[in-house]
Amino acid sequence: MSISQILFLIVGAVTLISAVLVVTMRNLVHAALCLIATLFSIAVLFVLLDAGFMAAVQVVLYIGAIAILIIFAVMLTRRVMADGSEQTNSQWPLGLAIAAAALASVAALLNAPVWPALPSVDTSLSISALGKALASPDGYVVPFQIASVLLTVALVGAIAVAGEKK
Amino acid sequence: MPDFNDYGIGNIIVYLWKLLGWWIGSLGVPEPWVTVIVTLVAIVSLATMALLIPIFTIWLERKLAARFQDRLGPNRAGPYGLLQSFADVIKLLGKEDITPTGADKIVYNLAPLVGVLSVVTLWAVVPLASTMVGARINVGVLYVIGISGLGTIAIMMGGWSSNNKFALLGAFRTVAQLVAYEVPMIVALMVPVLLAGSMNVADIVERQDSMWYLWMAPIAAALFFITSVAEIGRAPFDLLEAESEIVAGYHIEYTGMKFGMWMLTEFLHAFTIAALTATLFLGGWNGPFAKEFPLLGLVYFFIKTFAVYFVVVWSRSTFPRIRIDHLLSLNWKFFTPLALGALVVTSLVMMVMNEFAASASVMARTVTLFAANVALLWFVFELIRRSARQARAEAEGGHDEEHASHGGDGHHDEHGHAPASAH
Repeated sequence: MSISQILFLIVGAVTLISAVLVVTMRNLVHAALCLIATLFSIAVLFVLLDAGFMAAVQVVLYIGAIAILIIFAVMLTRRVMADGSEQTNSQWPLGLAIAAAALASVAALLNAPVWPALPSVDTSLSISALGKALASPDGYVVPFQIASVLLTVALVGAIAVAGEKK
Repeated sequence: MPDFNDYGIGNIIVYLWKLLGWWIGSLGVPEPWVTVIVTLVAIVSLATMALLIPIFTIWLERKLAARFQDRLGPNRAGPYGLLQSFADVIKLLGKEDITPTGADKIVYNLAPLVGVLSVVTLWAVVPLASTMVGARINVGVLYVIGISGLGTIAIMMGGWSSNNKFALLGAFRTVAQLVAYEVPMIVALMVPVLLAGSMNVADIVERQDSMWYLWMAPIAAALFFITSVAEIGRAPFDLLEAESEIVAGYHIEYTGMKFGMWMLTEFLHAFTIAALTATLFLGGWNGPFAKEFPLLGLVYFFIKTFAVYFVVVWSRSTFPRIRIDHLLSLNWKFFTPLALGALVVTSLVMMVMNEFAASASVMARTVTLFAANVALLWFVFELIRRSARQARAEAEGGHDEEHASHGGDGHHDEHGHAPASAH
């Protein structure tokens, strides 16, 4: 077994265990901290795949922004920090169905007989390639711009909703 | 066996490291494990160096702060009080280790560890010399930003798990401050990335061999430095631990060496942001003969870092602290727009120069960029002056014309906030 396989097994185990803890922990702050552990180990998996940019973005966005926002929201919300709150609501059958469908589709994908070999890429150039793809008219400039406009609209909307009425 | 002549005296550390790898290999350890072992040795030595630095910088800071305040500072333990930090550590080790009742034990004990981790790991991408870089990762700048986010989480964990309202309030303030100041910091960091055409910190240093980015991007350098000082929560931005309001803030319940770890985090972080500023804007290890003798690059790097660190201590001991609402409006109404403006101006100038004067020398580029930065700053201050004047005229009922016009000097209005009641 090579070193990267050992690392993969360790990181994969940490990811799975912390992901299970996210949904089983009764204390919401603990669940949020487990979520951070999960997201961080996914970033490590990206590193093991030589996808450094994805790993950095994963940490910056999911841990640096979203997880902190979640923790902040949990801490500022009344009475959700008490242990022993209900872990399910009336929509659990629907959630179970969606989870089962997702599991079935992933299992079907993993059952594919032959995995196509990916072309090897020069990982040192991947960021500039990504940047060019996002900015060139032949690439993904339209989706990129639409996503940017959408985010700006969301930002303005959030300010309009939260702002003081004059 | 690696040949010493290939490395020379200027590169002796790398030679010793290669020698270690050769020696372990000669013991019959298989090749991949040799890589693992020498990498671990490098990680442990770098982290140990980073962790030992605060022993010196705490003494330095106390001595400097004392001089700024016309005192002597530590002078009893050892020559010039140099052993003061050791005495402090021994005192901390002897203190009772308390976990408060009702505290969340795991999170409470984990938090200082995460805090130290979030600072020590930053040293992985700081190039110490041309041949001594922990990790040449091509997203180095993003890595720095991501790791700073972990520090915020550590403070959050410590504040929440202490089961103390002052600690929790301190943690809330921290998050408001750190998350807000991250925005202009990230935008300011994009300017050296733009100038170097790379996010690799080692590349950014190498591109500065002819000109420091401080001269090409003075606004970005100043913004990065100021927002980093805010990120480490030091005076004038030390609202995370306001004695008169929230006592010691997030680490109020910590005792003994766990408190020592928070202190270590703070002092090491202060030194680390000095190192990052020196790396990204002051040319890092660049200097005369630094390429031929990497050890000399290490010396230049530390000289520059200590120079920036001196400014950190200087501003800490001379500026009054800033109020929380001013802190946030300074960030959102002044730093963030200014950082975005600096980014746009820099990219515009770069584009125009690449289009019409592609053969311009580094000097010509620097002069143009510097002039563009000065013009932007002048424009921003003019805007602030105007809005301040208007606000003042409104506050005074609009009849006191001449008073309003000569009161609007503009230099207090750096808070991006019209001082309607300033006089």
